[in-house]
Amino acid sequence: MDDIRLLPATGLEGLIAQLRSRGYRVMGPTLRDDAIVTGEIRSASDLPQGVGDEQDPARYRLRKRDDGAYFGFAAPAQSSKPVFFPAEEVIWRGRRDTAVTPDSAASASTPDNAGNPTTAPASSPHDPGFTVERDQLDAPPIALLGVRSCDLRAVQIHDKVLAGRTYIDAHYVTRREATFVVAVACSDPAATCFCASMGTGPRPAATDPATGEPSYDLLLTEIAPSDPDRHHFVLEIGTEAGRDVAHAIDTAPAEFDDQHEALAVTAHAASQQTRRITAATVRDDLRASAESSRWEDVASRCLSCTNCTLVCPTCFCTTVEDVSDLTGATAERHRVWDSCFSEDFTYIHGGPTRESVKARYRQWITHKLSSWEDQFGMLGCVGCGRCIAWCPAGIDITEEAAALGRMRAGGVLPTGDHVPTGDHVTVTS
Amino acid sequence: MMAGVGTIADAVARTGRADPMIPRRFAITRVRQDTRDTFTLLLDPVDGGEEMTFRAGQFTMLHAFGVGEVPISIAGDPRHPAPLEHTIRNVGAVTRALVNAAPGTEIGVRGPFGTSWDAADARGHDVVFVTGGIGLAPLRPAILDVLAERDSYGKVLLLYGSRTPDDILYGAQMRRWADLDGVNVQMTVDNAPHGYKGRVGFVTELIGRAGFDPRRAFAFVCGPEGMMRAAASALVSRGVSPARVRLSMERSMKCGIGLCGHCQLRELFVCVDGPVLDYARLEPLMDVREL
Ligand code: SF4
Ligand code: SF4
Repeated sequence: MDDIRLLPATGLEGLIAQLRSRGYRVMGPTLRDDAIVTGEIRSASDLPQGVGDEQDPARYRLRKRDDGAYFGFAAPAQSSKPVFFPAEEVIWRGRRDTAVTPDSAASASTPDNAGNPTTAPASSPHDPGFTVERDQLDAPPIALLGVRSCDLRAVQIHDKVLAGRTYIDAHYVTRREATFVVAVACSDPAATCFCASMGTGPRPAATDPATGEPSYDLLLTEIAPSDPDRHHFVLEIGTEAGRDVAHAIDTAPAEFDDQHEALAVTAHAASQQTRRITAATVRDDLRASAESSRWEDVASRCLSCTNCTLVCPTCFCTTVEDVSDLTGATAERHRVWDSCFSEDFTYIHGGPTRESVKARYRQWITHKLSSWEDQFGMLGCVGCGRCIAWCPAGIDITEEAAALGRMRAGGVLPTGDHVPTGDHVTVTS
Repeated sequence: MMAGVGTIADAVARTGRADPMIPRRFAITRVRQDTRDTFTLLLDPVDGGEEMTFRAGQFTMLHAFGVGEVPISIAGDPRHPAPLEHTIRNVGAVTRALVNAAPGTEIGVRGPFGTSWDAADARGHDVVFVTGGIGLAPLRPAILDVLAERDSYGKVLLLYGSRTPDDILYGAQMRRWADLDGVNVQMTVDNAPHGYKGRVGFVTELIGRAGFDPRRAFAFVCGPEGMMRAAASALVSRGVSPARVRLSMERSMKCGIGLCGHCQLRELFVCVDGPVLDYARLEPLMDVREL
């Protein structure tokens, strides 16, 4: 049991302090504006202890738990996506060289080696050149604390998308390089969660399925939060760096039963999930559904608000904005999150190639659940359910995928069998 | 205390992968007006470094300082890549800034990106170029590739359509290709003023009667998407294999390197999987509206 230790609930403080003393900026779940979002963790008191959540289509609410659980909630309102891939980033800053006018060029004449004056070519006044510099990221390395399985898998997906192909996102790669990960096994899935069906949770896989690299340095499973005398974490060690940290903090040896107890937490969490996507067939179902009548139906509900893409931990589309000062002497190029739901997204002269909302919704769900597999060898959805909870229309990706699957299978499906809000339909296809 | 994350350049270097988001500075050495709204820019690097070598069909991202960036296919000769040559239609803020820039103005260039026409695959075969308007510019490097080894190819046809006689691009050059290089150039215009002597009609109508052997032909098609679909389907109905019909797709592109997501066409990132793609691959995608 060398790779498993027990950490008392009070030992979180020591873990956080240990990570901070090693120079990490610790980022984890914090409370802000009645939601759980990723923020800096300076001490255990920054964690939303005793807070739970309720998530349903178009609904996200926090509730007070009657125990002292530190991680007794499901997918936070925002994932750890912005930690490595912020919503806005300066790609480079440019400055115009000092203007060269014909006058100043002439007066800058200097003798050449033979003593003859040389004059810069008397060009017409023109824009001078410019120099471009990249911002340097002078930030401490990140330790993710309490990242749950779906969001950890989403980071691994971004590792492939943004850092694992021919061309890479330089800022992402830099931020991600020295990350330390303290993952948490999920105990309290929301009604919107379906990671179990996607194979992405609730217990984090030990290794990244794409690279074989360890998924986490340390993994916490929270045990008995309702019993102050027993409340503790099972601490699993995933890497040598994790072992080093674990040895530096106050832990106790674990028994075989402790591991069992940890596994039971996630087994129970998985059994509570009612939503699901049939991961084995969804790629083909969506590929075959390009001309489905379902798109009209979902387009009549979708507001094209882009919420689903903003909260999704795997969505990576961006655009660029050029910001220059009034004199035009300096300019910055910003990379900002974009959404395939915005009408401008596909704009080329003549108009957008995906003008209708039905084409935009089709693009989004087909990318997540089908073409992502062709592009990256994995699906682009980790089952976190955020797009369901944060959709103002209560559109449910699991329900849309199931409907498309049923229609493909030839079943008669009247459009409009959806339940826009409130109780969800349990799909058992 | 652990040091902060390293510099971006170091982190990128450790991946062994490329991060071509920083433009290289080029100066506009000449601007040539081709038609009412179309201009050709000749560019030389100002850093004194190597010329930008490219393969026919590739594009660059051209950046007008403080205004923005656009993807533009390279129009020059792959064997003589300097000066770097782009033919641009003045249709938006960035292209306006580019075509109105005085000689000497510096712009940013990233690239070259994307796939090639790979015209050499057609050695020993007939070659049919089908294009319209400014679509001739991205095809020009492939035409020059073929003409550089003219004897290695069978018949070479250039079917060119333009909206009006005034919109014909590279007219003098097309005449030289016809007169000196053994290219069967056929031109047509969609609309002509009264008394116009040339052919009037759509370029796709030329395909049915053009003299080439469909069973041993390669076709390279560039133009608006509707025109490319019609041309590809006409070529295929004449018996050209869809795998030998290549199209250059146009999509919104913000990065040119497969990261921004804008150019996706189902599983394709048009910027890295394309822009040149064969019709066997594209046909099912082009058949779905707004895919
Ligand atoms: S598509 Fe929805 S459920 Fe899937 S990862 Fe994105 S937000 Fe989560
Ligand atoms: S599916 Fe929902 S969240 Fe996404 S754009 Fe449409 S209305 Fe907004």
